[in-house]
This record gives sequence, structure tokens and C-alpha cells, in this order.
Amino acid sequence: MQLKQSTQLKSLLTTATCALLGSTTTQANELENWQFDTALMVYSEVDRVSAAEAIIAGERTYDNDQVLNLKLTLDALTGASANGAVAQPHVQTFTRPSGKGQYQADANTTPLDDTFKDTRVQLTGQWTQPLSDGYTWSVGGNFSKEFDYMSLSGNTNIAKDFNKKNTTVSAGIALAFDQIKPKGGIPDPLTPMIISDLISGYDDEGEDDDDGINPSSIASSDNKTTVDLLFGVTQVINRRMLVQMNYSFSQVDGYMTDPYKILSVLDINGISQEYRYEKRPDSRQKHAFYLQTKYHFEHSIIDASYRFMTDDWGINSHTVDLRYRIMLAGDHYIEPHLRFYKQAAADFYQPFLNQGTALPEFASADYRIGEMDTYTLGIKYGMPMKSGQKLAFRVEYYNQAPKNAGFTQPGVLAEQQIYESIDAIIAQVSYSF
Amino acid sequence: MKKSHLLKASLVMLSIILTGCSSLGVEPWERDLLAKDEMALSSAPLDAALDDHIYFSKEASSGGRSFGGGGCGCN
Repeated sequence: MQLKQSTQLKSLLTTATCALLGSTTTQANELENWQFDTALMVYSEVDRVSAAEAIIAGERTYDNDQVLNLKLTLDALTGASANGAVAQPHVQTFTRPSGKGQYQADANTTPLDDTFKDTRVQLTGQWTQPLSDGYTWSVGGNFSKEFDYMSLSGNTNIAKDFNKKNTTVSAGIALAFDQIKPKGGIPDPLTPMIISDLISGYDDEGEDDDDGINPSSIASSDNKTTVDLLFGVTQVINRRMLVQMNYSFSQVDGYMTDPYKILSVLDINGISQEYRYEKRPDSRQKHAFYLQTKYHFEHSIIDASYRFMTDDWGINSHTVDLRYRIMLAGDHYIEPHLRFYKQAAADFYQPFLNQGTALPEFASADYRIGEMDTYTLGIKYGMPMKSGQKLAFRVEYYNQAPKNAGFTQPGVLAEQQIYESIDAIIAQVSYSF
Repeated sequence: MKKSHLLKASLVMLSIILTGCSSLGVEPWERDLLAKDEMALSSAPLDAALDDHIYFSKEASSGGRSFGGGGCGCN
């Protein structure tokens, strides 16, 4: 039964893919050349964002070791997201991103914009083929679209094997063009959020479906471009161990401000007087150093990696990721996962603005570019199915703990929790056939 | 200052790896373990793609393992 369903599914996907590619190969042969991987994941934060993401990826290997990879990703997102304002001892009112309607945050709670809702479709294709003299060449593209965002990118990569294929050196480049078209338009950065019942009338429906124009808007959309360079060395150490070292450089130019984020402007007593839209620099340069190793013990494999990232926004981060796969009888396995992450705050991060002081050139109260530690604790269980298919389950717990990067909380703000920790659960099922 | 240290450290590591390469490695018939799917550097690409999307959206870092990604204005 299982086998029949799986073969039917594979057959259906193969036919669909071949039709799209205009291939005329007979189906029976074609089936054997395709491998499909699918995954369904649910991500859920306590009281905040929930997301569901589905991926279907197909890999077709041709006779001369050429490989075609195609991937379709769908995701849906809903829930509430911190808007950047700080908690206050009183109820706070904000204008919705569309400029139509308002929402409120209760006293002593982190203000959340509960209108957050989006769906995304992403298509990825990659072609890889061996060339002569140990070279491998790859080229690919990516298109992604969501309600307020569009991204288009292309990449190419060349790798060369040396030393009986024990050493591989690679270099790649990716170019991306992203366009953001936020609900309500691009707000004028660092200007006050206009909160007036005259604009809108009160709306507490928790929806923001109206395509209104926010009175603070200065444009309907903006863009950014990204150039990524990636250089890597992979080395086989011995029969049980291999190591990879990568350096990546990224140059991003254009609109990187989050149009939905604001900052509270506080008086000397810590009472909020107004809210201003955030502003981030329009250029960012990132360097990342990545080291990964895998070691095969008798009945287990350790996969360890470390990444150091530094950028010209002043963000330095360290990421350690450990996976330990324990092989059980009958090709079942269990894989505990641990991940630790630590970042320093961006130079322009500040949890609020002070009334009566000059506005900074850039400012953002987004906790995601503030000082923060996070960790992930997870476990995966995998098993083979009757005729070569594979099934796996993964459950993880993710904790984000924002930190105070040295800011004093004036007056009543001293009583408020402005670095609230966030808990999330990640659950995933994967099936390969 | 910090960046020049980083550059020096990575150059030293790179040269160690490149000079040490010729004495490291295995013969083609010793690849029984390395050839397993689970010994591939990216042995679970969909897990990696999903994780990259989560951490790219929730943290201020990206890239390193592969291209930094994008295509998401996610919160």
C-alpha cells in the first residue's frame, strides 16, 4: 500500500516535472532518475508568530553525472510581531501599517502588531555538471514572492578537485535583486507615527486588509541589491573525517530598514511621548568565516560547525552547531541537535529615543539587531521504509534571550521588561522517495 | 585592528590546510565511510534550508555555509 502510493506520487511528480521541462523521455526510465525530498515544518512562538512551511525538492541525475535540482517552497505566516516600541504602565495606541485603523497594547506588555500575515512562494533551480580536469560547474536561480516582497537571484559556482579528490577548492558568486512594497507604503524614516482618529476611525478587528496609504508614506516601494561571494576548501583528513572551511563576503545596497518597526520617544520620566519610524543604513558589508567537520565513529557521526560573522553595522556573531547521529538497528537513527548563537548589537540599535535630544542618523529598536543570545535544542528520528523511501521526524525548542547592551531605563521604564525572552517550537516531518 | 587579525588568522589556517593537503586524505578504495549519504557535508539539505530561513528571519546573521539567502522580508 505504502509502496504503491509512493510510486504513484513519484510518477505524478515526474510527469509534472517532465511536462514543465518539455522532456519526451518515457516515464518508466524517467522515474528511476528522479529522487524527491519533501518536508513540512511548523514553527510556533508563544503568543507571537506562527509559520508553516512546505518544501518539495526533486533531483534528476543524468548519465554523464549532470544533476538538475528543482525546489518549490510554500510558506504561510500569521501572528503578532514586536513593533519596536517599549512597554509602558498604560495602554498604548498605534496606527496600523496601512494607515487605516489602529491597534492597542495593554499596560505593562511588549507592544505587538497583530496584523502580521503573509504567504510566500519560492522556486529554486540549480544545474551542476562536471567539466574536464576535475572541475565542477554549477549555475542556478531563485525567485521568491510574498505579499509585500519579491526577490530574484542568480548564482554560479566553480569547484576543482585535487589530490585524488581529497581536496576541493571552490569559488562562487550570487547576485540578488529584492523589492519591498510594504503595506501602506514606505514610511518617512525617523518621522513620528501619525495617530489620529480623524484618519481612520477606530478598528479593533485585528485585520489590516485595507490597501490604504499611510500618511507617513514617502514611496510605495523600494529595492536592494546583494552581491555574495563564497570561497571554500574541503579536505578529507582520513577514512573517518572531513573538514570544510568557507569564507563568504556579502555586500548589500539599498533599502534595509524594516518599514513596520518604530521606536518609542521617551521623556525623562520614561513615559512615551510619540513613536518614530526606524531607519537603517542603506549599505551593509558582511564577512563570515565558517568551519565544519564530520567524523564517523563506529556507530555514530558527529557533525560540528562554527561560524563567525562580522559586519560594518557593528554586529559580530558566533554560531556553534552540533549534531550527533546515533545509528540504531535496521538503519533507524536518532540525532540530537544543539545550537548556540550569540550576537552583539548593531551600532545604531537603541531600545528607545530620548525626547529633547537630537535625532541620530540611524536608529532601530528591533531586538533582532540588538544584543542577544539564542539556543536550540532538538532531536530527530529517522527510519527507512520498505522500498528505499525515508521518513524522519524532528522536534526542536528555540529560545531567544535579548540582552541590555548598556542602556539605562529612565523613570517608569525601569519597572518594565523591555528585553523579553521568546520561546518557539519547531516540528518537522520529512519524507524522501 | 580586529579585521587584520582575522585576515592573518584565516591566511595562516588556509596555508596550513593547503600545504598539509598532500599528506592528508585517503585512497579511492578507502572511501567506504565517506561515501555514505550521511557523511555528506550537507546531508539534510531541506533541514538546512528550513533552519536557514528561521535563523535568517530571527537573528542578524546569515551566510557562511552557503549563499546568504534573501527573498524574505520576514519578521
